[in-house]
Amino acid sequence: MNRKAILSAGIAAGLFAGLAQSASAEELFLYNWSNYFPPELLEKFESDTGISVTLDVYDSNETMLARLQAGAAGYDIVVPSDYMMEIMIKEGLAERIDAGEMENFSNVMEPHNDPRQDPGRAYSAPYLWGTTGFTYDSERVGELEESWKEFFEPREELSGQIAVLNDEVEAYNAAAYYAGVSKCTEEPAEAQQILDILQAQAPHVAMYQSDGTIDRMASGEMIMHMQWNGAAHRSKQERDSLVYVYPEEGISFWNDNFMVPAGAPNLENAKTFINWMMAPENIAVASNYTGYMNAVRGSSEFMDEALVEDPAVNMPEEYADRLRPTEDCSVDARELRNRVWTRLRS
Amino acid sequence: MLEGLGRNRFLRRGLLLGPALFVIGFFMILPLFLMAYVSILERGLAGGVQWGQHTLEAYVRFLFERDLMDNLVVNIDYLRIFGRSFALAFGTMIVALAIGLPTAFYMALQPARWRNLLIFLVTIPFWTNLLVRNYAWILLLRDSGLVNSGLIWLGLTDEPVRLLYTPFAVGVGLTYSFLPFMILPIYASLEKLDLRLVEAAYDLGANKWKALTRIVLPLALPGIAAGSILVFIPALGAYVTPELLGGSRQLMIGNLIQGQFGAARNWPFGAALAFVLLAIVLCSMMLYLLRFRRAPGQG
Repeated sequence: MNRKAILSAGIAAGLFAGLAQSASAEELFLYNWSNYFPPELLEKFESDTGISVTLDVYDSNETMLARLQAGAAGYDIVVPSDYMMEIMIKEGLAERIDAGEMENFSNVMEPHNDPRQDPGRAYSAPYLWGTTGFTYDSERVGELEESWKEFFEPREELSGQIAVLNDEVEAYNAAAYYAGVSKCTEEPAEAQQILDILQAQAPHVAMYQSDGTIDRMASGEMIMHMQWNGAAHRSKQERDSLVYVYPEEGISFWNDNFMVPAGAPNLENAKTFINWMMAPENIAVASNYTGYMNAVRGSSEFMDEALVEDPAVNMPEEYADRLRPTEDCSVDARELRNRVWTRLRS
Repeated sequence: MLEGLGRNRFLRRGLLLGPALFVIGFFMILPLFLMAYVSILERGLAGGVQWGQHTLEAYVRFLFERDLMDNLVVNIDYLRIFGRSFALAFGTMIVALAIGLPTAFYMALQPARWRNLLIFLVTIPFWTNLLVRNYAWILLLRDSGLVNSGLIWLGLTDEPVRLLYTPFAVGVGLTYSFLPFMILPIYASLEKLDLRLVEAAYDLGANKWKALTRIVLPLALPGIAAGSILVFIPALGAYVTPELLGGSRQLMIGNLIQGQFGAARNWPFGAALAFVLLAIVLCSMMLYLLRFRRAPGQG
């Protein structure tokens, strides 16, 4: 047998194996935020259920929405945040799954069992939830006030050492809290106030970037970073002088949810996955990996102690009144927001 | 018999052209029309578009915004972003030319057996993904990176110079990424250069400078023009480099368009921006064709 023959035989065998697999195996296509699902949990799911999972990732709710709006993308599960969940239901992009009647749903804690955006959980099931504040290195700048002032009007030594999430919604909302105006304002004058705050901060900002926040804070490349609390927790584990701030003016509080896009190819597998994820021992693995809290009763006994002890993850009771739920703003408000965000960097 | 041959030839030509026409039509013309159409549609409330509802709002928005009284006021935000992209793309082109021309000339003057090796070396960066190469520049340019460590070691500066997340870093990244597109076309036109022409110029009393400007450069011109276009156009639409090396502190066209399909959920405006960009690129291509149409034949 010459080399060519061996090669073609190999290709043929490979093709045959591939065909055989696709004909028999159960599949699930998961479309999730990047770095937001533990690989070992996927393996556990595969060995528990025999369903093989393909993971694809996105970086923002809007990216995911655009994918679904552009037509069938072949995904069985997506992970929208609260406000995006509402949009997907309204736009008819979600498949009804009646998660509220699933076997493991009784584990879901209040208020996550009955969110405003999806009463009774007809279309969704909870994944993780968290906040968007900022983190700083107390070793290099001392102790700071719990205020957005420290972020938007930084002390001199922080100039050029601050990073902002490259996220129109998060950055704008934080500035809106600091300005004391509604983040869904339709008043140009109020939007101007928000722009002024962002523009005053801009000369001190090293970058606007949402990827790699953990590395930048853990390595000390930045002294201050707008950050999600789970990312803050993971940064802190590598540099314990980091402090996560719940600013007194308000802090965005969000939750992410499993949903099934309309017309998903593997609906039953998707339901199996969602029910499986509401088991405490499974969702705890996700919390341990990402550093975000889940909504499932009994999961804390499977969670790392570091997680439960970290105020960035397990929010102290006294901060509760600082939490601000996310909202989906009107077209006019979004128009203002985008103009502010564009002008800031034009 | 002759008739049949004629028909056959016609048929054969049709069959041979078919695949190319299909690919161009299906993968280029059709999406372009779709994009043009989306740009004149009404935006959907939650993103997407409202099919069948037409408006030119997206194009108006490029230059104007509505104030409180609903009057149109000139808005130069987007023009500024376009201007910046053009300036950066043009600068990238000039620097790439300044590096690429001597490099290509040097390569063309080497013995034939060396040339292939040199071409090979020029193309090696393409083996790696653009994203990875841009990340490599982050490692080089950051405060604790190689460049700054080198500067400090040489005693040129005490504190690291801020290089990363500046327009300079974007320029460096773009030039690095697109340099081969400048070198290869220039090399291709210089490779055919008949050195006897240069010798003849010397014989007729030209000095080195004259021989270069009157003989070599005119012959390299088609390559220079092609290389310039191949660098300028992708640099104009660059997305990854300004995001990674510029830290998104200043937008370029690519990032602006992405944002419209993303967080802004304004597809028509995104499509309109892409279309304006395309129109500008097409115009510059036409200029190129008009100017250099006959040059390769003459060379």
